[in-house]
Amino acid sequence: MTSAQIDVLLVAVVVAAACAIPGTFLVLRRMAMMSDAISHTVLLGIVLAFFVVSDLGSPILIAGAALVGLLTVVLVEAVSRTGLVREDAAIGLVFPALFSIAVILISSLAGDVHLDSDAVLLGEIAFAPFNRFAPFSVDLGPIALWVMGAILLINLACTALFFKELKLATFDPALAAALGFSPAIVHYGLMSLVSITAVGAFDAVGSILVVALMIGPPAAAYLLTDRLPRMLGLSVAIGAASAVAGYWLARVLDANIAGSMATAVGIAFILVLLLAPQRGLVATARRQRRQRWTFARQMLLIHLATHEGTPAETDESRPDHMQRHMRWPPAFANRVVRTATERGLIVLENDQLRLTAQGRHEARAAAVR
Amino acid sequence: MRIGLRTGGALAIQATDLTLAYQQRPVLWDVDLEVPQGVLMAIVGPNGAGKTTLLRAVLGLLQPAAGEVLIFGQPYASQRRRVAYVPQRGSVDWDFPTTALDIVTMGTYGGLGWVRRPGSSERARAAAALTEVGMECYADRQISQLSGGQQQRIFLARALVQDADVYLMDEPFQGVDATTERAIVELLRALRADGKTVVAVHHDLQTVTEYFDEVTLLNVRRIAGGPVERVFTEENLRHTYGGRVAGIGGRAMGNDLESAS
Repeated sequence: MTSAQIDVLLVAVVVAAACAIPGTFLVLRRMAMMSDAISHTVLLGIVLAFFVVSDLGSPILIAGAALVGLLTVVLVEAVSRTGLVREDAAIGLVFPALFSIAVILISSLAGDVHLDSDAVLLGEIAFAPFNRFAPFSVDLGPIALWVMGAILLINLACTALFFKELKLATFDPALAAALGFSPAIVHYGLMSLVSITAVGAFDAVGSILVVALMIGPPAAAYLLTDRLPRMLGLSVAIGAASAVAGYWLARVLDANIAGSMATAVGIAFILVLLLAPQRGLVATARRQRRQRWTFARQMLLIHLATHEGTPAETDESRPDHMQRHMRWPPAFANRVVRTATERGLIVLENDQLRLTAQGRHEARAAAVR
Repeated sequence: MRIGLRTGGALAIQATDLTLAYQQRPVLWDVDLEVPQGVLMAIVGPNGAGKTTLLRAVLGLLQPAAGEVLIFGQPYASQRRRVAYVPQRGSVDWDFPTTALDIVTMGTYGGLGWVRRPGSSERARAAAALTEVGMECYADRQISQLSGGQQQRIFLARALVQDADVYLMDEPFQGVDATTERAIVELLRALRADGKTVVAVHHDLQTVTEYFDEVTLLNVRRIAGGPVERVFTEENLRHTYGGRVAGIGGRAMGNDLESAS
């Protein structure tokens, strides 16, 4: 691998990790779409800050972007608090408005500036290695790596310091408020992190793919664990792995790197959705199938136990009676009888199904449950 | 008396002329609430009477349009540590990725303040509170795997950990099984025996007399309030529920009210 390739991979992994941390809390707070809004409207902050400082490399741009990110949240809440518009619609109203202002400003006033909408939407991580951080002519690596590294550190530090506050305000905002941990401060703090991360990441992967990296890995991690610290760790791991896989996918397909990374996130999520050990679709289907057979067997045992020793027993315990009584299709009934026999729960004597001692025991256990 | 010394015998909760409105529509209108120390008080009223709003106003979660709330004679902000809150079970997302013990530990956060993390002593207190509500075996259980009654007990344990003097509970008996209901009643009595004050929004009118010492009848305005035997009368209930009350006592009135309201 060339050093430029290593640089691109490093930036990709750091971006993915930085996005996964605030993304985890967005997913838990059911605010995933807020990341979509913020990742677009930060563009307005960048443009406005650019008019002030006239320097695309200035850190003021990040501050401006973060402020407009917060403004987005405030406006969405103001619109939905009127009670006339729901929150999802409020997001859909506010963010195109702010984003379109940014697009108009770029196209009409800053036509000669290197800020074009394509780069904003898709980013170009392949260019990251060319923009070097070289104070006093000492090459210290790509600027994107330094910027995103700093943002990753900020995200890690804030999450570590305020882990308990984030957890409490996410799970039970009313208790947080009653205990004196203002949920509003936590909320806007988190939104600041989302804004800073979005603006930093969007240089590399563009505004749409920021959403993929913020929401996809946490949504997958949520299916894999029921502990918050593990969910954070898994989100970071899934995000970083998807970034690396996406990079190689782009090499193989000779395609856009950011797009391939988002595709890899999508594939990772689908794999988890299918194969997660407890909550995955495959595990759920298998569990339901197993339960169906267990339930059918229990019905059979309880039915036999109910009629055991009664005058109707001869009639009730004929194998073909099960089909009519339980409304089971013949093949299904045969299979239930066969598995119950194999497990030593019933025996077939003179065309009569009889419970074994073990079968009687299981029927009793199933009936009291 | 510990509490008497600390407070000079002030009322546990005193709300005066409390008025609250959502979008100009009054939800609470000129409500007075006086809760003496060491009593179990029920807040009773039809749906939409403002019961939850009243609790949230006392907790400072809602800003009243008029009136004030004093806890032991002081504003809430200075008495935070002395008040514990048990919200409605349905107000939180039980799929949140954490354990029963972790939820109970949240009750210790108020004492920790910002940034400081709960340590082994906080977890030990949380474990003790879990034992108090009979849930010690479920400490490591993911909270979505608990039954409704068990979730309610987790919430109560979380309030116990706060070691407060006043407990505000929003429908602690809602949707719990008979075992949990008995356990909660015993817990409330134990709190009272320790000199604590409990105010609970309550829906089952048949058990008000049995479980509580005092009652506040609320329907946007405070209809009546005071000791159960004096205040919990057929006439007051009719005022509260708008004349649809058949009678009180052993008759199945609570259910009629539920369907009427």
